[in-house]
Amino acid sequence: MNTLTQAGAEAFAMVARLDARLVEIIALSLGVSLSSVALSCAFALPLGAALAVATFRGRGALVTTLNALLGLPAVVVGLLVYLLLSRAGPLGALGLLFTPRAMVIAQAILVFPLLAALTRQVVADAWAETREQLVSLGAGTWTSAGALLVDLRFTLLTIVLAGFGRAISEVGAVMIVGGNIDGVTRVMTTAIALETSKGDLPLALGLGVVLLALVLALNIGASSIKDAAQRRHG
Amino acid sequence: MAESLLPLALKDVSFVAGGRTILDRVALRLTRGTRTVVLGPNGAGKSVLLRVMHGLIAPTSGTVRWASDERPGAPRRQAMVFQRPVLFRRSALGNLRFALAVAGVPPAQREARAASALARVGLLSIARQPARVLSGGEQQRLALARAWMLEPEVLFLDEPTANLDPGATREIERVIQAIHDAGTKIVMVTHNLGQAQRLADEILFLHGGRLVERGDAAAFFRTPATAEAAAYLEGELPWRTTATA
Repeated sequence: MNTLTQAGAEAFAMVARLDARLVEIIALSLGVSLSSVALSCAFALPLGAALAVATFRGRGALVTTLNALLGLPAVVVGLLVYLLLSRAGPLGALGLLFTPRAMVIAQAILVFPLLAALTRQVVADAWAETREQLVSLGAGTWTSAGALLVDLRFTLLTIVLAGFGRAISEVGAVMIVGGNIDGVTRVMTTAIALETSKGDLPLALGLGVVLLALVLALNIGASSIKDAAQRRHG
Repeated sequence: MAESLLPLALKDVSFVAGGRTILDRVALRLTRGTRTVVLGPNGAGKSVLLRVMHGLIAPTSGTVRWASDERPGAPRRQAMVFQRPVLFRRSALGNLRFALAVAGVPPAQREARAASALARVGLLSIARQPARVLSGGEQQRLALARAWMLEPEVLFLDEPTANLDPGATREIERVIQAIHDAGTKIVMVTHNLGQAQRLADEILFLHGGRLVERGDAAAFFRTPATAEAAAYLEGELPWRTTATA
């Protein structure tokens, strides 16, 4: 208990004085996870919407696969991206391994099934209600998918946020492809793991508090935007 | 202007779902000019008939043939208004602009066309309001404005006033009349016999998926030709037995 209170006090002091190391780590975490979610969204949202609206052979199998991938372990994604990007791997020549870019790629892959599967689900529900009207207006598959993504923008905000939560809180993938190099690829989760094992509990705890606060603040912000929008738009 | 869509010819159209026959060998021809109202008890297949004609449902057997084909991808020349208006989370104006975009109207013309469509149904004052928080009557008028704005040759209406109070219903009927006056063929399903009497030129009476009676509206209400239609009118208008409707 004593350790905890002592570490807690030091942690808050670090946060309060905006400790340089702490700030650097937080900035990299945010940069990597926001980029990865943005990158993943660019593919996952259109795919999810298309899977909800389009009818083609093999759609059922694709949806099942996507849902199964929701349980994808972060370390496995890390390992796969590591193999792709390592010197001997097919993309080794790009020299991306142990860079923040590699971390972005790994996290983007990690959150892709989550974003696509949840998007597919909400778009499919909306499609059931609006299909006849959209077909009546003459909207094709892509127009309908796009229109529903726009229509569901506030719900999608929550989904994107869930993706961000998964990205910023995972440790396995970024540890493997980033290497947790101080000042280069060290993010909050890898730092917490390292500092805990080193015994630097204040820094680990400080980062933990910041991580929690960030995720909480984002959720509060997103849900208040969503509530306000829903009151306005019905 | 492309060749006319009408007349529409249905030949032995049947629709079976889950082993139940919803439409049973319906054959009919719809021509320009008249306001056609589809009547019949619940489960008679009225809504399904409308959807089959509009192309939302493919018939199990039989053919639905327009006088000229709608080219796939081209703006549609028929429109439909549903019992529950389907509106998107945009402003009233935004909903209309979206429909114009789908119809391939150039962006520069959309705003003006959408605004004039709103004006025609008396909704210009709420153009910027979110569509989905409008009252039921306003939402349905907006849906009508959206359909009308696209200048369809045929407009299908599936119980457009089922959920509305008498005042809102009158407003909707006024708009439907105006759309008819502007030259659009009206095909409407209703359960409101007063409305059918006010709006119909001809009646299609469905019963158990079959088209059992068809004819001039005034004659239909005065002296229905079939026992089914007589029983339906009797049930819906019980006072009719004593009145000389």
